[in-house]
Amino acid sequence: MTLTVDSAAVSRVQGFPPLLAVNLTVNGQPHALQIEPWVTLLDLLRQKLDLTGTKKGCDHGQCGACTVLIDGRRINACLTLAVMHEGRSITTVEGLADGVQLHPLQQAFIDCDALQCGYCTPGQLCSALGLIHEGQARTPDDVRELMSGNLCRCGAYPQILEAVTTVMFGPPPRGAAA
Amino acid sequence: MRPFDYTAVASVDDALREAGESPECRFIAGGTNLLDLMKEDVMRPVKLVDISRLPLDRIEPTPGGGLLLGALARNADTAYHPLVQQRYPLLAQALLAGASPQLRNMASNGGNLLQRTRCFYFYDVAVPCNKREPGSGCPARGGLNRIHAVLGASEHCIATHPSDFCVALAALDARVHVRGSGGARTIAFADFHRLPGDRPELDNTLAPGELITGIELPEEGFAAHAVYLKLRDRQSYAFALVSVAAALDVDDDGRLRDIRVALGGVAHKPWRKRAAEQGCVGQRASTGVFAELADALMAEAIGQGDNDFKIPLARRAIVRALEKAAGLPADKRAAPESFS
Repeated sequence: MTLTVDSAAVSRVQGFPPLLAVNLTVNGQPHALQIEPWVTLLDLLRQKLDLTGTKKGCDHGQCGACTVLIDGRRINACLTLAVMHEGRSITTVEGLADGVQLHPLQQAFIDCDALQCGYCTPGQLCSALGLIHEGQARTPDDVRELMSGNLCRCGAYPQILEAVTTVMFGPPPRGAAA
Repeated sequence: MRPFDYTAVASVDDALREAGESPECRFIAGGTNLLDLMKEDVMRPVKLVDISRLPLDRIEPTPGGGLLLGALARNADTAYHPLVQQRYPLLAQALLAGASPQLRNMASNGGNLLQRTRCFYFYDVAVPCNKREPGSGCPARGGLNRIHAVLGASEHCIATHPSDFCVALAALDARVHVRGSGGARTIAFADFHRLPGDRPELDNTLAPGELITGIELPEEGFAAHAVYLKLRDRQSYAFALVSVAAALDVDDDGRLRDIRVALGGVAHKPWRKRAAEQGCVGQRASTGVFAELADALMAEAIGQGDNDFKIPLARRAIVRALEKAAGLPADKRAAPESFS
């Protein structure tokens, strides 16, 4: 459940401190923000910065739709407070393309038909980018295991796996199962 | 979530001072469990003390030949650390069997120890729960209890501890380093978590305001013979129904010098039975010896109905994990006799 809180009223009634200052770089853009401590990074991105590419699926760390990168590492934006990330650099799906040039992962998702409704796709893309940075996946089976934090209720998993492994290891041999 | 006050601290002393000894104040590091519980209104701290930037994130050898895991080292960084991979593969396997890569990138080692149960009734604030509201009752008894405890439960609580990491730490005889207003102390892992008894609201033996600063692993990591076996409803990104951390050491003659079995998913804390382990020492590693150990471990198990399946499942998982740790082929003939 999401509660909408009038922070000024809270400050008056309960004596809470004023808004907290936090400086974040989001997709290369610096932002100096004043926020309540209970604002998650996900809500900050979507509601204060209008970066609605990052999706709120479960809001409980169970689906991965909110996956973004903090200093290059993938995390669930729904389960972290924005105020805890002073000085850090956030990358969302909006920051993946280079101008009009899609990121290779984005192009691979299109080429492999790795989405149906598309709601999980921003999280899948950021998660795949984080996975590549981590350097722990050496086989398609590793990729499947290390992408398990991102659910796709349309069931595009074979195509998602194909897209990610194509970017990492090159296209599968002709006729091979994904 | 409910409004709360927030302070970030730069030293352990500041953290202890800011937190005081109020149960309404909580430390936050990775926050992956705490924030979820705050959104669900299960936990209602009035103040969070952000310890995430304290210099407690190192993983380094100890003078005694062991390894100290900083309380703020991330679960992912711990699992992939070369010394953990080489010397404590049981721990790496357990960590990587838990949660998802995103969560492991945030979750701290100290926070992993402090995870709350995933009992449905604990999470549902519309129903009673002795762990959440002491004295209100336990609807899991006689309710939906497929995921609940079969060992060490009490009439007040049948919740299980959800961690995989802790099961491996229990098998390895880790020690938990903590600091509080009264100074520093270390807690043997077996004494860190507690059984529910008549105080199920207490998950562990930390005093109010105490902070975990590190987890110390002893020198022996059982690197040659260690297996973490986790059984769950889906193959990845799910909590254990039953898990087994199995570790052993054998002499040149194939006789057991040491053997450790810790169970997850079956009790309010990682479950071990040292006397039963000791009874195996000196015997030759075999499926028969492992089956006797499994029977001893599960002898006092009591099912709650939906979770009755965990008792035979745990017996088989113990034998299989030990067979794998010992490098023995799975002996399917031994199973039906012992595990009717």
